[in-house]
Amino acid sequence: MKTLVFIETESGAVVSSSWEALGKALSLGGEVEALVIGHQVAAVAAEAGARGATGVYLIDDPGRALFDLDLYTADVKAVLTESHADAFLASHTGNGRDLAAAVGFDLGVGVIADCLELKVVDGRLLGTRPIYSGNILVDVQVDGRPQIATLRPRAAAPAPVIGTTAPVVTMAPTAATSRVAVKAVERAEAGEISLTDASIIVSGGRGVAKDPELGFKLIRELAQVLGAAVGASRAAVDAGFIPYKYQVGQTGKVVRPDLYIACGISGAVQHLAGMGSSKIIVAINKDAEAPIFSVANYGIVGDLFEIVPALTRAARARLNR
Amino acid sequence: MRYLICIKQTPDTAELPKVKPEEAASGRLSVQLVVNPWDEHALEGGIQMMEKFGGEAGAITVGGEDAIERLRSALAMGCKDATLIKDTAADAWGVATLLAAAVRKMGNVTYVITGQMTVDGNSGTLPVALGRALGWPVLTGVARVVSADETAITVERIVGQARHTVTAPAPAVLAVVKEIGEPRYPTFINIRKAARMEIPVWTPADLGVNVPAPVVHMSDFRKPPAREARVVLFNGTPDEAAQALLDALLAEKVL
Repeated sequence: MKTLVFIETESGAVVSSSWEALGKALSLGGEVEALVIGHQVAAVAAEAGARGATGVYLIDDPGRALFDLDLYTADVKAVLTESHADAFLASHTGNGRDLAAAVGFDLGVGVIADCLELKVVDGRLLGTRPIYSGNILVDVQVDGRPQIATLRPRAAAPAPVIGTTAPVVTMAPTAATSRVAVKAVERAEAGEISLTDASIIVSGGRGVAKDPELGFKLIRELAQVLGAAVGASRAAVDAGFIPYKYQVGQTGKVVRPDLYIACGISGAVQHLAGMGSSKIIVAINKDAEAPIFSVANYGIVGDLFEIVPALTRAARARLNR
Repeated sequence: MRYLICIKQTPDTAELPKVKPEEAASGRLSVQLVVNPWDEHALEGGIQMMEKFGGEAGAITVGGEDAIERLRSALAMGCKDATLIKDTAADAWGVATLLAAAVRKMGNVTYVITGQMTVDGNSGTLPVALGRALGWPVLTGVARVVSADETAITVERIVGQARHTVTAPAPAVLAVVKEIGEPRYPTFINIRKAARMEIPVWTPADLGVNVPAPVVHMSDFRKPPAREARVVLFNGTPDEAAQALLDALLAEKVL
């Protein structure tokens, strides 16, 4: 099986979970080619070769510095024709999801979306994915060629740099026309770690209510010492303590870090749907009966306003940060 | 302007853990069904657009007769009309094909509005498929509509951790996220109107489309492995408890 992997870039920088998609494709065996689309992304194309892709297609164009569904879909369809790939794989970021859906619908082939596992059975992909918000697992296969799948961020190890090189085929951008004009971009704060890519997340909930500003300041300080992303429960977002983009849960982001520290979060079903597959869960909550303790590996029953700064002090001392 | 809000019937959030694998496989669920929570935000977003920019908002769903109750919820929130496309066999591409045919039959839709994803299927691929079926631009992750008229729309989108302000020509498909607005409570007057309103039922034949055969095949529905979590609690002063927790996390090699 020959797999084409979409390597997503934004303003010239690679979106890191793309390397996980490449890693997964390499583990499937067979030939693995990468497709890099963006602007000033020749270095990313070279890196795809260094991480084990046997060939790289590069479309470098000022109009493609940011993802555009119309342009990128036309590009992928053109490269799939050129490469005769049997499968197309992308990371299930918002853009990867949209791209796979557009290519799949246009070609009349199914998409195995948001997989946790992916393998090849009798020349076809077989993906395992959660449905019903993490409450059911199911195996999925799709008809048609190319076989298309998206991989949930952090579901696979990134392809390591092994120092190989691969021929880079520079393709002309397709003649498609963009219909969506980007007028302004408000970037994430410098140093802000993406929730879906984070290996550690420190989250705050309703428990910060007595002083939300101080509560999230303490949570941010702990996150900074641990190199973690900051998250929040729906209750904290709905109360206006922190913007929606930080929400973890059923109507927010689904995350799967190695370590999830829930501070003042009760652990409602809708929150568990977003973080229930974290490797280690730590609960810090005043209420010993809070449901979060029934899914947590470790816990401290206490006031987050005292426990979180104590944890920050301890981590700073022990980790020399 | 006309806004068409696409909704889906899904289990209530609190009921999701009770869904059994065999029910998920057959689609015959015994749990309480509601409007997909993301689609409640789509309803709120569409109704807000109607109030702010003028025009009429209608709701549509694809499903069995029982989905009519969900359309009545949409009417009770303030939609002016509702339509059921009666079909329970289609997969995501089939649903997109049916919805696109309904939009064409209506003829006057300016903006199609959906929730970003469903809490049952979870793939989030329908809005893009619907846009491709219609040949319209698609804006996903929409958190705020800045302006909209018959010719163009400007929205703020959440893209990963960033926020983009973008414009697109009408007609267009929007997939909204929760920040678009908290769903309003139905008013007494709207509930009464909704109970009496006639809801047209269209079949694929009425729409003159052949629903494409499903291309996604699911098997081996199962519960995920249960967390082996038996919580270890740390006591003592905050500093003592924090030290003990840190030791445990270092031993787990997650720091």
